[in-house]
Amino acid sequence: MKYLSNVTTLKLDDKKCIGCGMCEIVCPHAVFSIEGGKALISDRDACMECGACSKNCPVCALSVNSGVGCATGIINGVLGGGECCGSKDCSCS
Amino acid sequence: MNIFQQQHWIVGSVMSQGEEIPRVSTSLTSEDIMGAIKVRLSISRMDYAVEPGLYVVGSPDATSPVLVSANYKLSFDNLRKELEGLDVWILVLDTKGVNVWCSAGKGTFGTEEIVGRVRSVGLDKMVSHRKLILPQLSAPGVAAHKVKGDCGFQVIYGPVRASDIKNFLKAGMKTTPEMRRVRFDFLDRLVVVPVEIIQWAPHVFLLGLVMVALSGIVGTGYDVNLLCTRGFMALIIVLSTFLAGSILCPALLPWLPGKAFSIKGMWVGFIIWGILVLSECGSTLGIHFPLEAWAWLPIILAIISFIAMNFTGCSTFTSQSGVKREMRYAIPVQILLLVIGIALWIKAGLL
Repeated sequence: MKYLSNVTTLKLDDKKCIGCGMCEIVCPHAVFSIEGGKALISDRDACMECGACSKNCPVCALSVNSGVGCATGIINGVLGGGECCGSKDCSCS
Repeated sequence: MNIFQQQHWIVGSVMSQGEEIPRVSTSLTSEDIMGAIKVRLSISRMDYAVEPGLYVVGSPDATSPVLVSANYKLSFDNLRKELEGLDVWILVLDTKGVNVWCSAGKGTFGTEEIVGRVRSVGLDKMVSHRKLILPQLSAPGVAAHKVKGDCGFQVIYGPVRASDIKNFLKAGMKTTPEMRRVRFDFLDRLVVVPVEIIQWAPHVFLLGLVMVALSGIVGTGYDVNLLCTRGFMALIIVLSTFLAGSILCPALLPWLPGKAFSIKGMWVGFIIWGILVLSECGSTLGIHFPLEAWAWLPIILAIISFIAMNFTGCSTFTSQSGVKREMRYAIPVQILLLVIGIALWIKAGLL
């Protein structure tokens, strides 16, 4: 299953990348591959913006506006209900 | 002896560095299974936690692996039941009773908590190596290089699923690409359905009650008798539509056309409307007039599309930017459909 195309905020700075492969390890959707000693975004539309790659990149070559892709959480946020996960209403389980 | 050592899943203890470390069972009892069923039904879900700290499975020594876990009991049970026959340490973090992925997203399963917990249990004295095995889905909250810098322990991301841990350890702490991929299988999708139903049921019930109240409108007057007939039928249709949609959308998710969940939900809405109108059930539920039947189409589409859209939070592959983009057009459409549907439905009552 794939979600919407051309929407992720994921960015990779080629010049900073040292090809350590951490992003490839932590990505739950196999967005990255390592080619020629550098990370490559090989399946961009599979990105769900979880933020694991940017958090674990030791040279800050990756950036993404990470957040939970949860409509209920976004509605609660807009209505002033606060966060999603951890609240009584969240279905995260 | 601490109070948490009276838990039924604690089976004895081991002594290490002058400290008594509780040993946990690797088999789940009926009590654990009942607890899991209860939280899946949204009962006391936020109090289902394990005391943070160090535990063991088997009889680990200073060279045994250290597995790091969230303190949501469902996550913890899911881990320990896969560890039969192993000798390992389990470091349970305080994730406020929330599962690995969600607590990592919030940052409670994070660098600071790991470093603090490693220090407070004195892990550097219990083991001679400097490695921590984390579930891969904790990575959004943890900066592996910072954990290493702050407490000297190297983070090794293990498999997504606890069921792969034995193979991961056997392979010398190596994951395969398959172990690293998150899935969203049929059962994964259905198991979260009850919580979603319980969450939205009050809102949907309220919508049903509004329709009950509106059902009495006849021209310029108001007929109270209609509340129990036409109104009650409307309430039943709204609730059953909601229930059917809450189950069918997750069940059929991969096969429903479209990428946006709100569009996938529309297809389910058409199916449910078709069944309602065409089946005998449709006529016994009081749908006699063509306009009444048509009025239900936009109402049902609005309800199911909204419910499907909210299933994004349960899924394992939707991005926040994507959900925001979807909501920008889906919510106005859903509101419009609901308003048009109810207006048509009131009009149908006047005929």
